[in-house]
Amino acid sequence: MALNIAVCLKPVPDPKNYDRVTIDPIRKTVVRTGIPTIINPVDKNALEAALKLKEKFGGKVVVISMAPPDAADKLREALAIGADEAYLLSDRAFAGADTWATSYTLAAGLKKIGLAFDIVFCGVESADGATAQVSSQLGEWLGVPHLWNVFHLEAEQEDKYFLKTKIENGFMEWEAKAPLVLAVSRELNKPRYTSAIGIIKAKNKKLEVWGEAELSADPDKIGLKGSPTQPGAIFTPDLKRRGEIISGDAEEIVGAVCEKLRAGGVPV
Amino acid sequence: MKIWIFAEQTEGKLAGVTLELLGKARELALQSAEAEISAVLLGEGVEGLSATLFNYGARRVYLADDARLCLYQHTTYAPVLTALAKKEKPDIFLFGATALGSELAPTVAAQLDTGIAAHCVELRINEDGLLVSVVPAFGGKILGDILCPVHKPQMASIKAGIFPKPEPAPVNGEIVGIDLTLLEGVADGIKALRICREEPKGLPLEEAEVVVCGGWGLGSAENWRLVEELAVLLGGAAACTRPVIDEGWAPGEHIMIGTSGKSVRPKVYLGFGISGATHHVCGMKDTGMIISVNKDEAASIFEVSDYAVAGDLNKILPLLIEKIKENRGIAPK
Repeated sequence: MALNIAVCLKPVPDPKNYDRVTIDPIRKTVVRTGIPTIINPVDKNALEAALKLKEKFGGKVVVISMAPPDAADKLREALAIGADEAYLLSDRAFAGADTWATSYTLAAGLKKIGLAFDIVFCGVESADGATAQVSSQLGEWLGVPHLWNVFHLEAEQEDKYFLKTKIENGFMEWEAKAPLVLAVSRELNKPRYTSAIGIIKAKNKKLEVWGEAELSADPDKIGLKGSPTQPGAIFTPDLKRRGEIISGDAEEIVGAVCEKLRAGGVPV
Repeated sequence: MKIWIFAEQTEGKLAGVTLELLGKARELALQSAEAEISAVLLGEGVEGLSATLFNYGARRVYLADDARLCLYQHTTYAPVLTALAKKEKPDIFLFGATALGSELAPTVAAQLDTGIAAHCVELRINEDGLLVSVVPAFGGKILGDILCPVHKPQMASIKAGIFPKPEPAPVNGEIVGIDLTLLEGVADGIKALRICREEPKGLPLEEAEVVVCGGWGLGSAENWRLVEELAVLLGGAAACTRPVIDEGWAPGEHIMIGTSGKSVRPKVYLGFGISGATHHVCGMKDTGMIISVNKDEAASIFEVSDYAVAGDLNKILPLLIEKIKENRGIAPK
């Protein structure tokens, strides 16, 4: 038996630049002009986990994404890193989906691929929306058990796993059988880099783009229209404080800081 | 209006966020007509926790006290909550966005075919009687209102430390048992084996009244050790930003402040070498007094600080430690 593994990837604006995200004052939309799109960082840990399992047991690794058409580049990057096939679910009708509609669409995509997936890997959360909800809801749509925040994975056999999930002040240990949806954290592994040979090989790998028609998804469950949650107003939080400047030589600064600490009720 | 909160417990101890949720539920109840607050409590040998929930304003505790619920797993917890919610039809259902809640809440939402707003920073009831959940995006740079106008319950998850700890507001409440016959048909694809504790040394970050925080500008593991030393001297806790963990200076994410880490609201926050990226600031913005040390006068952390110390932390940090020791008559090493 060889494993069929899927990895959900999300192209996101590079989180290093989120301080540059603004709101268009007239159109009231998010402006992220000039911020490059990258593969959501922790999704690379998910891809790495998939590639490691494939190396151990053999099989196939497919990557899937629901994103605008230009995300094909990011899926090509995943193919260069080592995935075997890529599927991009892209359609205007998918836009504005909340986590319920997103996970439904991803599940529809995975079903359409037609492989009986043993494991679906996701990253714990995306950098931009950071809801951390899609992996659990994807498991529900697929009707398979799921675990979130996996930082340790041992495959005893192809279908039997020992896992650890991080909790507050510790962790939980789990025994699990495939099929599973696993959301992994950064601590799980160190993602490999793209190699030159990988980039060349990726050019000939399968990358399919599917829209609403190809997916045969329920139109009432996709996109903004199919989402139970609806967005309202957006705004930027005002966090400004008075910013009284303390300067001088180190001796003077330390004296002033001690004074402020005392004023704040901290004995020094 | 029926407002529910999930009363999270592990090993018989209520998660701190549970009381924070009850406090917020009481505020929401004041904004809506004929509101009633209930808590849902699952576990084994946990009935005694009901007293605490009544003491903080729950009028009813739905209780499932059963050996099969001793260790959390969504394959048992979610169906119990889903069946109960289908029967009792709450209008609002709030969860802590803990490790457990971050998995359980969206699972229950999917099973109920309803919407859930993640990691809310504020909740209110609007003029139509709907829950408005304010959620952060792009590391907290943008906030947005989320509504769930058609589907019920309206669900939301909230991280620990976002809402303040409430005062008690005792209620003479009742316990209602939950029917657990559905647990007999649960599949066994995953099995929780055990909980392993890694008690952090020193004061837990969430409980500290003084937080000394180090950022990438620390520049070295040695300076991180000084941050830890200063935190101990001030009777507080050391914290950090993501790069400090990436550099391997700080022990791990349990002391990371920010949208993907912890939210804290200490009396005093003293930051060293912190640039002030929004995703960090969102985790400490409710602090009483913010003092920041950074050599870059244009650092954005200064805009959100009460006191902006423009100086070299390599000099200030050791000298501050020395001064405090001197004041207290502690001999230098």
